[in-house]
Amino acid sequence: MTDKLVDIRNLTVRFKGGRTVHAINDLSLSLDQGETLSLLGESGSGKSVTLKTLLGLLPPKRSEIEGDILVNGTDIRTLSGKALQRYRGGEVSMVFQDPGLALDPVYTVGNQIAEAVMRHKGLRKEEAMDIAFDMLQRVRIPSPERRLKNYPHELSGGMRQRVMIALALACRPRLLLADEPTTALDATVQIQILLLLRDLQREFGMGVIFVTHDIGVAVEVSERIAVMYAGRIVEEGTTHEIINDPRHPYTRGLLAANLHDVAKGERLNAIPGAPPALEAPPTGCSFAPRCPMAGPECTAGVPDFVHLGPRRRVACLRVEPVPAE
Amino acid sequence: MSATETTTLPDSPEDKGGPGQALLIVKDLRKYFPVRGGIFGRAQAMVQAVDGVSFSVEKGEALGIVGESGCGKSTTARLLIGLTEKDEGEIIFDGQGLGDALSLRDLRRGVQMVFQDSYASLNPRLTIEESIAFGARVQGLDDPVGRAHSLMSRVGLDPARFASRYPHEVSGGQRQRINIARALAMSPRLVILDEAVSALDKSVEAQVLNLLADLREEFGLTYIFISHDLNVVRYISDRILVMYLGEVVEVGPVDAIWSRQAHPYTRSLFSAMPSMDPDNRTKTPPLSGDPPNPIDPPKGCRFHTRCRFADSVCKTKAPRLMELPQTPGHLAACHLHDPASGHPKAGQEGLA
Repeated sequence: MTDKLVDIRNLTVRFKGGRTVHAINDLSLSLDQGETLSLLGESGSGKSVTLKTLLGLLPPKRSEIEGDILVNGTDIRTLSGKALQRYRGGEVSMVFQDPGLALDPVYTVGNQIAEAVMRHKGLRKEEAMDIAFDMLQRVRIPSPERRLKNYPHELSGGMRQRVMIALALACRPRLLLADEPTTALDATVQIQILLLLRDLQREFGMGVIFVTHDIGVAVEVSERIAVMYAGRIVEEGTTHEIINDPRHPYTRGLLAANLHDVAKGERLNAIPGAPPALEAPPTGCSFAPRCPMAGPECTAGVPDFVHLGPRRRVACLRVEPVPAE
Repeated sequence: MSATETTTLPDSPEDKGGPGQALLIVKDLRKYFPVRGGIFGRAQAMVQAVDGVSFSVEKGEALGIVGESGCGKSTTARLLIGLTEKDEGEIIFDGQGLGDALSLRDLRRGVQMVFQDSYASLNPRLTIEESIAFGARVQGLDDPVGRAHSLMSRVGLDPARFASRYPHEVSGGQRQRINIARALAMSPRLVILDEAVSALDKSVEAQVLNLLADLREEFGLTYIFISHDLNVVRYISDRILVMYLGEVVEVGPVDAIWSRQAHPYTRSLFSAMPSMDPDNRTKTPPLSGDPPNPIDPPKGCRFHTRCRFADSVCKTKAPRLMELPQTPGHLAACHLHDPASGHPKAGQEGLA
């Protein structure tokens, strides 16, 4: 039916409670096999919610999800029970921002990795431990046989994140979701983890969706970037296109705000204002109140995507479509 | 001093040290934190958070402090403003030594601080107006509320809309503006910004940086700007100070360090910045492993365990911070730059 690894169609996520939060608004996104995509956005843009939706981690009672989420052709919203367990960790797994919280403090890291392998692959303990050892080697942890017997608190932050990656990849998932995995790390450690993820992605040939707020990080790891704002994708393209030819005013503002090569004393081209509250569904372009190019037509309706190439799209009325050939 | 008075905040403390004197001089600052354990809670080990740090900040200058977590940059900031008591060393603000001629209370009139967590640093039970006016009231300055209002409008918050709100009712960027206004309410001459923009979203960060640059110019402020983001530090600072495991490894004018990083650690820190060019991504990480534990830092040069150029001398002898011959004002603590150190590659240009 489809050869896409991930195909999200018209996803809408609302959180109900004292007040409603429109976290994701009509988001469509696809990922090919073995492709690395960065979801780039600021806090509250819906990037983490998108990842959690893909794993079915949102609290079912309080969230309303609409749309189709196909992973390898299966609608994951139909999964439950055993099938969902097999899917999580087997087909798709996730690396979180804080490995200190994501690892279990009372089990050794070897046991944690082996447990996942035993569950998913039905192997005996000894075989699973061999795989755990192999994984620790692959994530380049020095003296892996000793580290297998360590508890998470005995490891440094960078080492824990390596263990987290080893755990996530132990069952050879086809899709890895990474939610700001290097944000809590120091600069010199961050770059090590980014390059490790890049190498492992190539080695295992898996698809990766990488959530980050840092454009530099996205450039280092991904081939494609989707920029999110207020629960929608506003621009998508290859990393090259987004960096060298940003079209959406928000993407341009973000790039300017990164301060790369800004001369000292020069005034920063800051985006005024703050991201919108998500209490009402968008009726126009969510960025319009902060946009220097906005006009009355921008708030009249949610702008459709302008397609500039096969997988290059921008949701902005000010972008001229490519004339049809 | 009439020329400078026009550009300072109202009621700013008078200049005492004279125009030639640095606003802040720090000498051999040291702070060790005990790690307690065992049944009697005795000190088992010492975290050498800040160990022999010396630097000075000129009037009107912005000094950026960079380094990884645990390098002592925040502890240094807290020592400067007296939030943590120093073990040893001297802090001389405008010609007066802290603890001698200068009381803690007077120091805090002249030095204020903005912290990373904008929410945790505001009292949730005080309105924004009360928070900003609080310090000025304690110090007995005139018209604290009027001051609060004028500073609120200066940092871009309309007093009519924001004065009676509580911290939880405003956004992160607005809260950091409040913290800046609160720091300025004391009419300080030196403002310490400890990761003050790190928690903000990129688009909001740029707004706050613009505001900080404007305020500095308008009121003749001096900044100590602590951050892990080199691009931000470069934008705001005149000089950069690089710390590693409680020690200063390099200090110099921002352009000098940007064009030539003298210490191998500084160079690694710069190469660890993610590339912004998709065609030219980072190929190999500049350093392997995590920074060592400051409880038991390596002997000799503290960086030798991770340094590509480390030699036997680096393991035994700690390098001193020395001025580089080519660039005055640019100092580095590395045996590579000291021909007398005994390092086989010392003095070889291009390598270091």
